[in-house]
Amino acid sequence: MTLRNPVMTASGTFGYGTEYTDFMELGRIGGVFVKGTTLEPRQGNDYPRMAETPSGMLNAVGLQNKGVDYFVEQIYPVIKEYDTHMIVNVSGSTVEDYVACSERLAALEKIPAIELNISCPNVKEGGMAFGTSCVSAAQVTKAVRKVYPGTLIVKLSPNVTDIAEIARYVEAEGADAVSLVNTFLGMAIDAESRRPKLSTITGGLSGPCIKPIALRMVWQVYHAVSIPVIGMGGICSWQDAIEFILAGATAIQVGTCNFVDPSVSVKIVEGIDSYLQRHQIDSVNDLVGAMETL
Amino acid sequence: MKQLVFTIRSNEPLNDQNHLLKVAPSDNTPLPLMLPGQFVQILVENAPHTFLRRPISINNHDPEKNEIWLLVQVVGEGTRKICEMKCGDQLNMLLPLGNSFTIPSAPGHFLLVGGGVGTAPMHFLGKILKENGFTCDFLLGGTSEMNILQRSEFEQIGTLYCTTEDGSLGEKGFVTHHSLLQNKVYDFIYSCGPKPMMVAVARYAKERGIGCEVSLENLMACGFGACLCCVEKTTRGNVCACTEGPVFDINELRWLD
Repeated sequence: MTLRNPVMTASGTFGYGTEYTDFMELGRIGGVFVKGTTLEPRQGNDYPRMAETPSGMLNAVGLQNKGVDYFVEQIYPVIKEYDTHMIVNVSGSTVEDYVACSERLAALEKIPAIELNISCPNVKEGGMAFGTSCVSAAQVTKAVRKVYPGTLIVKLSPNVTDIAEIARYVEAEGADAVSLVNTFLGMAIDAESRRPKLSTITGGLSGPCIKPIALRMVWQVYHAVSIPVIGMGGICSWQDAIEFILAGATAIQVGTCNFVDPSVSVKIVEGIDSYLQRHQIDSVNDLVGAMETL
Repeated sequence: MKQLVFTIRSNEPLNDQNHLLKVAPSDNTPLPLMLPGQFVQILVENAPHTFLRRPISINNHDPEKNEIWLLVQVVGEGTRKICEMKCGDQLNMLLPLGNSFTIPSAPGHFLLVGGGVGTAPMHFLGKILKENGFTCDFLLGGTSEMNILQRSEFEQIGTLYCTTEDGSLGEKGFVTHHSLLQNKVYDFIYSCGPKPMMVAVARYAKERGIGCEVSLENLMACGFGACLCCVEKTTRGNVCACTEGPVFDINELRWLD
């Protein structure tokens, strides 16, 4: 899979791309990771699902989606016409769920890649459970690799002791790339009412507040694996994007910031272009992992 | 939906908590069609603890002046920053967002019930109803007289009835205790305000078989259907209040189950 540019949008923050077409041209960015798709429809968690935090937010959406059949029949015919790579984020409660969902998506000509979400903190079963142990991360990657011939990206959880070790395990089982990080497990309490701000008590923290930790993890994983690393975590500007690329990301995803500025991804594309011109760098690929030493 | 930069034409404090901002597109772009019940998402700049936009309902759209009115209540840092803005300052907004109240197809008696800052969309709705030839009554509630906002604007559109919790204006108590609701029969009720008030209004309407629409204020991140945070449980399952709402027919909601 070759990207027009390294800027893509993160699953769960960009709908199916359709939600953003009033605000920007999808053809200007490298790709769109559509919202988490599961084998069966899911209602998601109860309201409230969101709490604002300093420089970020907590969410507990819980993979609300209408299931892979609905995606194939109703969503795909619309989004296959979009002028960018449309990549589907796949989640499940069991290895069999991931396999069945991935098999259905493998049949879709205009979906060049899937992103295995083994890192969602907001569902009781599956999700993050697969991404917090090397053995289960490897197991689900191996099973999907057998049935999915396209580009297989595995999205890693930051809620682990050593993210680089998990990355090595999924690389060994045939992942073509890893993307990181998903959200950090967090919580918030209303001091007056003494109640949790999320219906699930805990949720996933995202936004600029996680950027330094995400950047460190991308740098660690870049040095641990040979496959491309897709970096994300609080990217809101071209400077943020360049930092991730210098730390080792071949491409980046813009996530929560899409909510604040729905055209931010295009601004990041433009910012990277002028940075490359200003520094007389031919290709953004020359910057991957190119952090200098002090 | 558009992302536009607006210039503040005026910022008038209505009391110690609420400001009325009149804004127009900085480049004089003609405003898109806006409907009563729709809202905007305001970017709050230079406020370190405010990351997300602030959803504010449209209080009025004046096509001749190419201007919209926003009634903003100071709740936290974000809304405080907005209320501190001065004439000539600029605001980045997404608009128009959400669905709208249903405009009736036949004449009748219409009641618009608002509580607190929830009276804001009732003003725009009342104006559009009047422009379409309908007469309406407003029933507005607040803690005290100073919290019943824009009274003269409402009086220009229809008949105004009030309740206050301290009895300083109109009848003492909550809107649903107002004698109007015992004495007059309505064909349709619209409401926006605190959820307990809207639930009481919905119950009143449902018990009498009166059609009723309410406008919700669920917490949201994006405002255009991408984050799936502002969901409301409905007869159709969880739906986004920002795109499928904020206006809902009470029969779709699960409040009275």
